[in-house]
Order: sequence, then structure tokens, then C-alpha cells
Amino acid sequence: MKKHLLEAADLDRSDATLVLDTAAQIEAALTGREVKKLPTLRGRTVVNLFYEDSTRTRISFELAAKRLSADVINFSAKGSSVSKGESLKDTALTLEAMGSDAIVIRHGASGAPHQLASWVRGSVVNAGDGTHEHPTQALLDAYTIRARLGRLEGVRVAVVGDVLHSRVARSNVRLLHTLGAEVTLVAPPTLFPVGVGSWPAEVSYDLDAVLPKADVVMMLRVQAERMTASFFPSAREYSRRYGLDARRMAVLGDDAIVMHPGPMNRGMEIAADVADSVRSTIVEQVANGVSVRMAVLYLLLGGAPS
Amino acid sequence: MAGSPPAAPSSREPRTPAAPGALLSASDVARVVDRMAHQLIEKAGNRLADLVLVGIPTRGAPLARRLAARVEAFSGTAIDVGTVDITLYRDDLRLRGVRALEDTVLPGAGIDGRLVVLVDDVLFSGRSVRAALDALRDLGRPRAVQLAVLVDRGHRELPIRADYVGKNVPTARSQSVRVRLAEVDGVDEVRVTGPAEEEQP
Repeated sequence: MKKHLLEAADLDRSDATLVLDTAAQIEAALTGREVKKLPTLRGRTVVNLFYEDSTRTRISFELAAKRLSADVINFSAKGSSVSKGESLKDTALTLEAMGSDAIVIRHGASGAPHQLASWVRGSVVNAGDGTHEHPTQALLDAYTIRARLGRLEGVRVAVVGDVLHSRVARSNVRLLHTLGAEVTLVAPPTLFPVGVGSWPAEVSYDLDAVLPKADVVMMLRVQAERMTASFFPSAREYSRRYGLDARRMAVLGDDAIVMHPGPMNRGMEIAADVADSVRSTIVEQVANGVSVRMAVLYLLLGGAPS
Repeated sequence: MAGSPPAAPSSREPRTPAAPGALLSASDVARVVDRMAHQLIEKAGNRLADLVLVGIPTRGAPLARRLAARVEAFSGTAIDVGTVDITLYRDDLRLRGVRALEDTVLPGAGIDGRLVVLVDDVLFSGRSVRAALDALRDLGRPRAVQLAVLVDRGHRELPIRADYVGKNVPTARSQSVRVRLAEVDGVDEVRVTGPAEEEQP
């Protein structure tokens, strides 16, 4: 493992498999226990540095660090000296001066975690940067697929929706390709980024043609907060052409699963009855997120300081 | 091992001489496991069904399964087996590189109120056993915890002793004791390697 986890490409196949296996063992070790806590990172300090809003990722990282007995400091840009104009670098150096061993960062600017990694001595984990990457989300998605389908090699994954703004899609395409899955990206032409042709994935504009062959359908959130231009005529039209409803779910194979990284826009990219169906892994993904992030923190911080 | 008494009747395999340099041969290991199984039965008395053998990976795990199979064969009582991975409880994590985890599996009935016997291949500093005791504390509350090891090589760094010992082997700290088991290594054997210039414990 590298010292930082900044993007999915930091993990080669053996590293990624090690993370997934470690997460599985942590999950098995903690299942059914009264004391859901391990002493592994006692005395280590993990800072959650969040410049963007987040519910599940921040709580998931906080819980993961606490279950490994690390001390956790939650920093959110709102209500901090950031509002007085303090820079990312000064904030990071301040936190490090107080003794942080790892920084988990979410930032609106793509590449902020890379910058941060060049300034601090401890490990940096990217918890989502702009429209760039969200590697732990891809790891927990891969973990969920493997847990449900028993394999990743040759699994056909359709990633559907706002690929242009989605760091989840970027990380998933890279990681799932590393792990041997076949990814097809599905979106209206306006929601593909420039250069998507060079990604290790197929590209399609037609959801109905892709669904019957898919083992996994991963719906992406339509990111209204990043929509600065009109990418599609109306929400209703988007939903009709690229939303997953009960009719579309019916053409899926028997074992196919439906995923969503959350938060969902019910009725937009995914219908409520699909999100709550037995095929949906949305709640499992959240639970698996804690195990996967525990594995990442253990593998980055558990050994000797480099 | 020339000069040792003839094989006990419970021994399954014909005697094989230990390979040069080996402390215990495959048949020696089988005999030692049989003896430890008898001791477990004797000590557990009428509460044998309470017994849970919990192996410490890597080699403690198959050893626990073997011991349980022999206890079952001798007593007719089915014995629960588990494994407890101690990696996340080690006190030397920061001294070494990060390690891969191994399985933790407990019997369905759990360990609360039962007699847990931890099983490991070699007892050395005692730190693995301490880590296993810490792990057990998070997994439940056994009635009592005991320790069974195939080889006790001395050099304890903690106040820990084994209740069942397959073989006491005085060693120098500079030496290493290598236990190989068929399930993991393809062969049963115990070897002591390295120079013995240090004083014996």
C-alpha cells in the first residue's frame, strides 16, 4: 500500500484485494459482538477535514476511526477559521502541529488532497474532491458487489447518470477495471466529460439497451448543486430516459443488483419502489462503508510509521 | 528421537524417525497431540461439553481442530472449535509493517460461561497470548481461559504460562523454533534452527 489514498489508481489489484479482504475479516470479527471496538489505532489521531457537506462519508469515517480506537477530530469549514480566510495549507499545518497522524479530506476543488499530501507528514485519505475522485466509495461499492455476487472478475456494471460531475463514477471505473469488472457508462451526451473515450469503460446513451446484460446497475445522483448549465431539458425528461423505475428493473437478470452511492433523489434518477426493493443494496453500502474505511485506516496507519 | 519410550497405543501412525535436525517428526507430533487430548479430557472432567478450543492463527488454528478431533475420538463428546485473529490486538503493530488479517470464527454457542482453551504452536514471549486474551475479552466472558501449546521454548516477557504443553524445548533467544503442520506447510515437523551460543533459560 502507498502512504496515501488519493485516487483509485493508487491501488493495484493486490492492494485493492487486500483492502477488500481486510474489510471482510474486520466485518466478520465484529459481527455479533457486544464490544464493537478494536484497540488497533489506540493513541493515533485522525482528522476529518470537511470543506463540503457530507452525512454518510463523514460519519462513516468517524465511526471507522472510533471503532479502531483512534482519536477523531471533526473539522468542518463552516464555523472554523476558514471563514476568516485561513488557507487549506495553514489549516492543515495547524492540525498537524497538534499531532494528527492522518487527515481525511473532502474538498470542493479537484486535486486538493494531492496538494495536502505534499504539505503534511501523515497519511492523507481522499473522501471526495470536486468532480475528481472518491476512492473509498469505489472500494465499498466493489466490496458490496463482491459480497452480493461472490466475484468481481467479469461482472458487468452499468454506471448510469451524471458521469460528468461524478467523482464516484471516476473512482469506480478505475477500481472496477483494476479488479476485472466490465464497466459501461450510461448518460445523455451532455453529461459525459471530455475524453471519456480514453477511460477503461464502454460508453452508451441508451439505458434500455444496457440493462438486460447488466449484473450491477449503479445509479448516480443528479448533482443539482454542480449543474451550472442546462444539461437536459427537464427533470421529467431525464427521469423518463435515464431514471430507474420498476418497469426498467423488471428487465434485469435474476441476480442483478441496484446500487446508489447516496444521497438519493427519489423519483428522479431512482424510483422509490426500486430503492426499497430487495435488489437494492443502498443500505448495505452504508454498512459496508464502515468496514471498508476501517480496513483503509488500518492498512495506512496500523504498521510502522514510515 | 532414539531412546524415547515405545509408542503409546493411541498413536495412529507408525513411528517415523525425525529428519536430521528435526526436534519432532510427524509421528512425534501425532503422539504429542494425542497426549494433550487425553490431558484435556482428564482436566475437563464431566464438563467436557463446555470446552471450546480456540486456535490462534496461523498454526494454532489447525492445531485446535486436530486436538478437538482427538478429544472427540477418545471421549465421544463433540468439541466446539474456533479461531481468534490477534493481529488487531498486537502490541508490536507500530514496530513492524502492516499485516494481513486472518479469520476470527467462534462456535455458534459462543464462549460465554464456557471453558476456553487457547491453542498456539509455540509459546515464546507470551505477547501473542496476551493479545489473544485481550481479543477474548471483547468476544465474551468465558468461565475460565486456559492455554495449550505444542512447544514451550521459554523466554517469557509476561507472567503467562501454559496449562498444557506438548514439549518443553530449552532454546537460546537467538534460535528460532519452526513448527510446520500438514494443513499449512504440507508436513508435520518441529525444528530448532540457529546458533545456540546464548545461555539456556
